[in-house]
Amino acid sequence: MTRIFETPLYPYRRSRDQDASSPVRHQAVVVGAGPVGLAMALDLCFHGIPVVVVDDNDKVSFGSRAICFAKRPLEILDRLGCGDALVEKGVVWNRGRVFFDERQVYEFDLMAEAGHKRPAFINLQQYHFEKFLIDRVGALQAAGKPIEIRGRNKVIGIEAKPDHAALTIDTPEGTYGLEADWVIACDGANSSVRALLGLDFKGRVFEDNFLIADVVMQAGFPPERWFWFDPPFNRGQSALLHKQPDNVWRIDLQLGRDIDKEKEKRPENVIPRLKAMLGDEVKFELEWVSIYTFQCRRMEKFRHGRVIFAGDAAHQMSPFGARGANSGVQDADNLAWKLKLVIAGLAPERLLDSYDAERVKAADENLLNSTRSTDFITPKSEVSRLFRDAVLDLSEKFPFARPLVNSGRLSTPCILDGSPLNGPDAEGLPAATRPGASAVDAPLGPDWLIDRLGGRFQLLTIDAEAPDHLDVDGISVERLVLSADDDQTGTLADRWLGTAWSALYLIRPDQHVAARWEKFDEEAVRAAVNRAAGRG
Amino acid sequence: MTKLNTEAHIARPDDFYAALIALHEGRSKAESDAINARLILILANHIGDQGVLQEALTAAADSRHATQK
Repeated sequence: MTRIFETPLYPYRRSRDQDASSPVRHQAVVVGAGPVGLAMALDLCFHGIPVVVVDDNDKVSFGSRAICFAKRPLEILDRLGCGDALVEKGVVWNRGRVFFDERQVYEFDLMAEAGHKRPAFINLQQYHFEKFLIDRVGALQAAGKPIEIRGRNKVIGIEAKPDHAALTIDTPEGTYGLEADWVIACDGANSSVRALLGLDFKGRVFEDNFLIADVVMQAGFPPERWFWFDPPFNRGQSALLHKQPDNVWRIDLQLGRDIDKEKEKRPENVIPRLKAMLGDEVKFELEWVSIYTFQCRRMEKFRHGRVIFAGDAAHQMSPFGARGANSGVQDADNLAWKLKLVIAGLAPERLLDSYDAERVKAADENLLNSTRSTDFITPKSEVSRLFRDAVLDLSEKFPFARPLVNSGRLSTPCILDGSPLNGPDAEGLPAATRPGASAVDAPLGPDWLIDRLGGRFQLLTIDAEAPDHLDVDGISVERLVLSADDDQTGTLADRWLGTAWSALYLIRPDQHVAARWEKFDEEAVRAAVNRAAGRG
Repeated sequence: MTKLNTEAHIARPDDFYAALIALHEGRSKAESDAINARLILILANHIGDQGVLQEALTAAADSRHATQK
């Protein structure tokens, strides 16, 4: 059987642009067809911007790579028409177990909070994730939308001009030139666009090696996440077992520093390690093996004129907490509507600087969290290991120590406090839905609040009066009329009203709260829309 | 905000001190280090307040403070 990640899904095809006498200009070119590039392309298409994706490859991700997709990116992919496919295929898990040395020290239930359409996260191989997004691109194409992926189109040159960028693309049939008003570089940690422009990428390098093995087994293991610190089968190191769809299990073994990568990757060396972990009697097949080290670093700025960086190209972090692909999809979510307003002439170019401000803040939060997890999992000093082991020891008997155990803090959306786009806040309303927060879901009878938000500016009113429509110098603001009574569980009121009787929220196209009030004041709402569009 | 209490607060100081030393009697350096680490974590949790903990961390790290006595 040919595996999905070995099949060309967007094979090279000659484009008309290759035969043009001078480079053809496009509005938006996305570099890279990974999870972030694909989400970026779908979001631009959603906003009606023609988009060309160029990728040096013609297949989905080789091996599972990113395997945890969090709630927020799932909500974004819902807006882009892929959410159901992803969630139906993904594995939802709730129980985690933590082992230290030879014993289980504790287990936990995620006890997902009720009243959300999407789970806290799903496990899903990156190649499935990408496949669903590519399918969606195909469906849009079939419907006549201007979106295309050009396989085996590698960017080998870029010239940044004040009002566009000129790209040189290499293909199996030679090179050609392409111009773009906007280039969004989603070409990963080793971004060639970044390298070609000679831009910085600073941070911390970690020396520990990790072996990833995806094994297919009909095992009796439950769909749980098991994490070992210093287990007998991998002394002094850590190990992780995590379930993916199709009976694929992710095994992640820390190998330490100064190892021979090529030697460790050979099946004759990998299989005994896995047998020591799984037991001799368990039958399994190796699907994919890789050894990685990682780095926590980011670009100083994500926007460089007409070239904008997103995902790993802009920020790279350790895998603990699943913050790579998840934050990259949120980069796309943040950027697409801003580009739309700028291209449509409804917002000044400086609106795009808020992408920088907001996503750099998010990247720093993600980097901080993933660095802390890394330091707990791979202690760098004797005293750091001493406290780590003390925490694990205590966690068996004392609940207080369990929150200190850090085997990864799962990706949650960054609340964009202090963003230049945020407008006024109102007292008495819940902190979780303050300006800068991404909309917190709530049930609305059989429907979900999150499904009624996004894609345009909205004025969400809960038991408050306001006009059904406002035009703010070309930006249309639609009212979404709700009442606390729309949700008999009281969740909507808890999450959006707090102690207030009424509330109005200005919601951005990326489902983030821009401003909120208790009562309607047209001038205040207009000012907040202008501010959120970078016109303030 | 609660402040770190640096006034004498232990009713029978000699008894506490003797118990602390007794805890480490006959232990290896590694065992003692582990006990101390666990003790710090248990006490820190009992305090809870981040401000007080930060004051305690600073006080412990300030060597002049420690040697002035």
